Order: sequence, then C-alpha cells, then structure tokens
Amino acid sequence: MNPILLSPFDVAIAAVLILVDAGLSLALRLGLHRQLVWAALRMVVQLVLVGFILRTVFALASPPVTLAVVLVMVAIAGREVAARPEQRLGRFGNYAVGGSAVAIATFLTAILALTTAIRPQPWYDPRYAIPLAGIVLGSVLNGASLALDSMLGGVLRERTAIEAQLALGVPFYQAIRGLLRASVRRGLLPIINQMSAAGIITLPGIMTGQILAGMDPLEAAKYQILLIFLLSGGAGLAAVVVVYLVAFRLTDDRQRLRIDRLTAKG
Amino acid sequence: MPHMRLSLPGQLPMAPDDSGPARSPSPGVSRRPAQSAGEGSPEPRLRLVALRSALAGPFDLSLAAGTCAAIAGPSGSGKSLLLRMIADLDPNEGDVFLDGRERRGFTAPAWRRRAVYSAAEPGWWHDSVPPHFPPGAARELARALMPRLGLAATLFDSPVLRLSTGERQRLALIRALALDPPVLLLDEPTGALDQDSTAQVEAVLRERLAGGTAILIVTHSPEQAARLGQQRFRMHERRLESA
Repeated sequence: MNPILLSPFDVAIAAVLILVDAGLSLALRLGLHRQLVWAALRMVVQLVLVGFILRTVFALASPPVTLAVVLVMVAIAGREVAARPEQRLGRFGNYAVGGSAVAIATFLTAILALTTAIRPQPWYDPRYAIPLAGIVLGSVLNGASLALDSMLGGVLRERTAIEAQLALGVPFYQAIRGLLRASVRRGLLPIINQMSAAGIITLPGIMTGQILAGMDPLEAAKYQILLIFLLSGGAGLAAVVVVYLVAFRLTDDRQRLRIDRLTAKG
Repeated sequence: MPHMRLSLPGQLPMAPDDSGPARSPSPGVSRRPAQSAGEGSPEPRLRLVALRSALAGPFDLSLAAGTCAAIAGPSGSGKSLLLRMIADLDPNEGDVFLDGRERRGFTAPAWRRRAVYSAAEPGWWHDSVPPHFPPGAARELARALMPRLGLAATLFDSPVLRLSTGERQRLALIRALALDPPVLLLDEPTGALDQDSTAQVEAVLRERLAGGTAILIVTHSPEQAARLGQQRFRMHERRLESA
C-alpha cells in the first residue's frame, strides 16, 4: 500500500471549488457565500485539529487517554440526540436518554468489532478504537436521534389513543407498542437505505478512502461490509435503547401515561 | 408489575361501619358479590375517601351497587379530572375502594378493567373497528350491543375514520360496556347523540344498573341527570357539591 500523499498545494487547488461556489452565490444573489466560506474554514480548522490530536493520541497509546477521547465524542453525540426533538423530557430526560443510548450502543458495537473481527494488538489500540468508535457514533447518533424524535412527537400525537387503551385495562407497554415499533423503524430506515444503495448509488466513504489510499478494492469492500454491519447494529441498538428508556420515563408505578413529564422546547 | 404507590397517604384508611373491608388476597377473582344477599350493611360498590390531586379535590363519594351518580358543572370545573383520578389515569392521593377492597390491592390494568373510564373524546388506535375489542367473549358482547344502541352491524367492519361522531361515541361506550365492569365512569356518553340514540343508551345503562353496576356519569343535561342519577352533584371550582 503506497498512499499518494497530498501537499498543501494540492488541497489549495480543491479549495478553488469553494471559491467558485461562493462566486455563484454572489452572481445569483443566493446570499450563501458568507455561510459557505465560513463553514469551509471551520471544516478545515476542525479536521486539521483532529488530525493533530489523533496523531498525539496514537503516539501516546495510553488506554485512559483513548477512553477519554471516546467519552468526549459520546458526550457530544448524546447532546446532539437530546437537542433534536421539539419536546423535552423532565429532569434532563433527553440528555439522560440520549447519552445512555449513544454510550451503550457505541461501546457494545465498537468493543465487539475490536475484540472479534478486527482484532488489533492490543484490541484498544487507539489507531483502531478511535476511528471505529467515531464511525459507529455517526450511525448511532442518527438512529438514536430519529427514534427519540419519533417517540416524543408520537406520544403527544397519540395520547388519546394510548390513554383510551389504558382506560380499558390494557397494560402500558402494550398500549404504546405500536409507537415503540414505529420509532425503532424510523431509527433504522437510514441505515437500511444506505445498505440497499451501497455501491450502486454511492461508493461508501470508507471504501472510497481505502481505495484512494491504495488498498485492493475487494479488500476495501470487505472492510466496508463489516463496517456497515457494525453501523446497522449500532443504530438498531441505539434506537431500541432510546424507545424503552423514553417509555420508562413516560410511565409510573401505576402504568399511567405521564404526559406531564413532557414539555415543549424553549 | 409493582402496585405500591409512591407516597402512602397520611391517614389510615377510614374504618368502615362494620368489621372491616373484606381483604381478599387475590384481587379480582369474584367481583360482583350480590349486594342483595341480605348482609347487614353491604360495602358500597365504589367509595372515594379524600381523593385529591394538585389539580382537584378532595372528593368523598359513596356509590352503592346498582346506583348512578350524575355530575354536572361547567367545562374545566374538574369533572373529567375526577373520573380520570378514579380510574388512576392521573396521579392522585387518597383512597378508592371497590366493594370494600382498596384500589392499591389491584394492579393498575386490573383496576382499570373494573372501573372503566370512557372519555368524552374517545381515542382509536387502529384503522378498523374490531381490533378495538379484545377477541372472544368481549367482541361478541360488543357485536350484540350494537343494534341495541342503534348501530348497524355492518359498522363493525368499516374503517373508524368513516364513522360519524355519534357512531364513534356509541362504539366507545360499547368498548367500555363489553368489559362488563362493576363500575362505569362515563364522560358525557351521549354528548353527540340525538334524542332517540340517547334513550337507547340510557336503556342499556339502566339495564346495567339493574345488574349491580355502579355508574358515575358526567352530563350537561339536567333531564338526563334526573332520569339516571340517584345522586346528583355539581362540580364547582374542582369540588363536588350536592345538587
């Protein structure tokens, strides 16, 4: 494998495309040029910074530092999940639900992959653990976020239907089963779409990256397949954890629907 | 399912008139003891003792088997809150007894199958009618009740969305009746019905009363309250007043 290394000048040439976009925005009065250039600058700074941090962390090869980096990533993803819906669960419920779902799904999926399929030596080698946790996190974030949004919006919309069942003596978890199912489904749809489109509509990012880096396409495909399985597992797990944690927080010991624990954003 | 409440009430359950409530170890096995069995002073079918929440109450009420209490009062005065509290759908404190047995001795679903609340605006959780009735005896009972409430049997197989408001209201009542509960908590069950349908509903309710069911009904119609209610109340600022 002999990756073609990029010089800063190579990158600068690609940046011309951003300037072209900005020019278009000016010419067509889209009002996007400022936003576009600002976002591009942010992206460059963020990625270069991450590159430096990862280089340092890889060199340190210290398990506590690796764990700390992964935990920070998990916390940021959990916060994103919590912030997305229009509704808030009482007592920082969104953060508790989002954070624990993201953490559980990411750690289980990443550790499974590191100890069984990829098996670096040692299994917590940051060069593998951190990128893997990162890519799993992206999928987990998506799954958890959609499931949480669907649950919180759905429970408000279907309140009378759920309470009508409760009033007839239907147990709580049976009364909200339809909503749980719909929410998990919603969390899984993006990854299902991704799987069915993989390779035909888009060449997945990891595979592209590895081919560009000089890897044999079939080897790259195997890697990509493994990763997509991990992403599906992570997203599904996250969605399931989210819906059950939300359900648990929306009921009490008398199997009521505690809609009073839900407030509008603001 | 745990069925202890979060907070125990400050006071002990009030001592009943006689030796004490029959504390059956297994709630819900025999649920309709004959109130006409000639015992000295039978427990009321439904009894509320200082039932309250942050929003309404306290409420005290005693309803004998086979009797009906009618509650009137302006919108927002707390009528629905009271029914929901009895059905344990909203957090509440105080005590509720069914035939002398404490509510907390029942699991929440078991309690709600015995004190069935039928909301003024019924909810539907399926596109078609049959899944709203548990298969078996209850569904058969529901089918049998439909013509008695002026509903064509074919309605049972039509989509819920195609039913009229009045048809949905009667079907929701049938959902509650099909469980054959000892206590019915009815929130404006005839609010959307014409005179004839109202008379049919009342006839069925009277039949249930004769069978020993206790009914708590919220109604805006003084005539209906007079026709059905042995006890009549008015909800005023979230408290019950005798009317």
